[in-house]
Amino acid sequence: MELLAFGDTGWGDELFYATLMTIAVSITAMLIGFLFALIFTPLKLSQNKFLNFIANSYTTIIRGVPELLVIYLFFFGGTGAVMFVASIFGYNEYIEINAFITGAFAIGIISGAYSTEVFRGAIQSIDKGQFEAANVLGLNKFGKFFKIILPQTLRLAIPNLSNVWQITLKDTSLISVTGLVEIMRQSYVAAGSTRDPLFFYSFAAVLYLLLTFVSMKLINRLEVKYSRGY
Amino acid sequence: MDLELMVNSFPKLLSAAVITLKLLSVSLIIGLFIGLFFAILRLNKNIFINKFAYGYSYVFRGTPLLVQIFIIYFGLGQIEYLRSTVLWVILKEPYWCAIIAFALNTGAYTSEILRSAFQTIKPGIIEAGKSLGISNKVIFYKVQIPIAIRQSLPAYGNEIILMMKGTSLASTVTLMDLTGVAKYIISTTFKPIEVFIVAGGIYLFMTFIIHNVIKFLERKYSFN
Repeated sequence: MELLAFGDTGWGDELFYATLMTIAVSITAMLIGFLFALIFTPLKLSQNKFLNFIANSYTTIIRGVPELLVIYLFFFGGTGAVMFVASIFGYNEYIEINAFITGAFAIGIISGAYSTEVFRGAIQSIDKGQFEAANVLGLNKFGKFFKIILPQTLRLAIPNLSNVWQITLKDTSLISVTGLVEIMRQSYVAAGSTRDPLFFYSFAAVLYLLLTFVSMKLINRLEVKYSRGY
Repeated sequence: MDLELMVNSFPKLLSAAVITLKLLSVSLIIGLFIGLFFAILRLNKNIFINKFAYGYSYVFRGTPLLVQIFIIYFGLGQIEYLRSTVLWVILKEPYWCAIIAFALNTGAYTSEILRSAFQTIKPGIIEAGKSLGISNKVIFYKVQIPIAIRQSLPAYGNEIILMMKGTSLASTVTLMDLTGVAKYIISTTFKPIEVFIVAGGIYLFMTFIIHNVIKFLERKYSFN
């Protein structure tokens, strides 16, 4: 137990902050994923074959390639890509992107592919009559989407989005390879310096279980809220 | 674009893909047995057996695969007693540690897939078997299992693809699988995009094959 003490003698406070970091990266990645879903879901549902193709390539490639490979691409390629873009604008100094942004972006792109599929499925399963009714009421495009379609989509999407959240949360453990100090990285450091890997990795597992358990409880509440009236 | 690097790294990555496939197939086979075993425990009426099986699948589905590999590879070696047993022959090899972690992980997901498949079997089918005087054992093996396998094919296909992606974590315990070799080439040449295209292409090709094999099996074993 003294291994987990707070302060200089134990790893308690370090692991606590690492847990906060895992939560922060997961939420950031999930939000970046929503942004990607916001762009790619309409492309998936579009009538245009070319736009369809772009969106399908995105979801197929990301869901068919290991997360770790995507993270390596961003870890080794991220700096180069940003410097390339910066050089177009005339900035030629060395730019270092921090591990948080690289990691959240890599996991976000992965999570976005799953979210896109979830939203596509949810929108497609909404009854055609709802779209027609919205038209009949004379709502404009925004009113139609935000007042009629989105609330119903959320109800259908939340259970599947909670799966995406679980996947995203667990995927953040892979960012540890880039050196970002989240649960996995901190446990690795602690295990190395105390020579007690069994304890620290088991404790990391407990922390992840706790995170999934608590988030499931919270999402269940959301689910109840959005299925009012059903 | 460095086409030469892409052409040169292709054979290296392809031979590493063989290791990925080996890891995948061995852990899937072991995982299938683990999954079936725990799915049967989940259907047991005894609350302790039931909770035990649920706990197993909850823990393995609620924690990252990376943690599981690290506990098995770095953690178990710490237990003095284990080092003196025959098990140590297996546990000191990263290859087997990875396979144990993968098999336990996919076993947890498979048990959930099979459990829900068993539960969707209509009771009428089992009752029909009973009224024909067939023993419970025969009904289980000849009626319930074949139907459950057919029911769980689509979900199991997804699990195979997820597991194939999961094997990339073997590279974190020094194994040179497809991702491991890709990372090695990237870190020596600093050409991440080229290597990603080739390695990712190989992964996508394997996904494509698995996807179509499962589709073929689904059609072959469909009820109509």
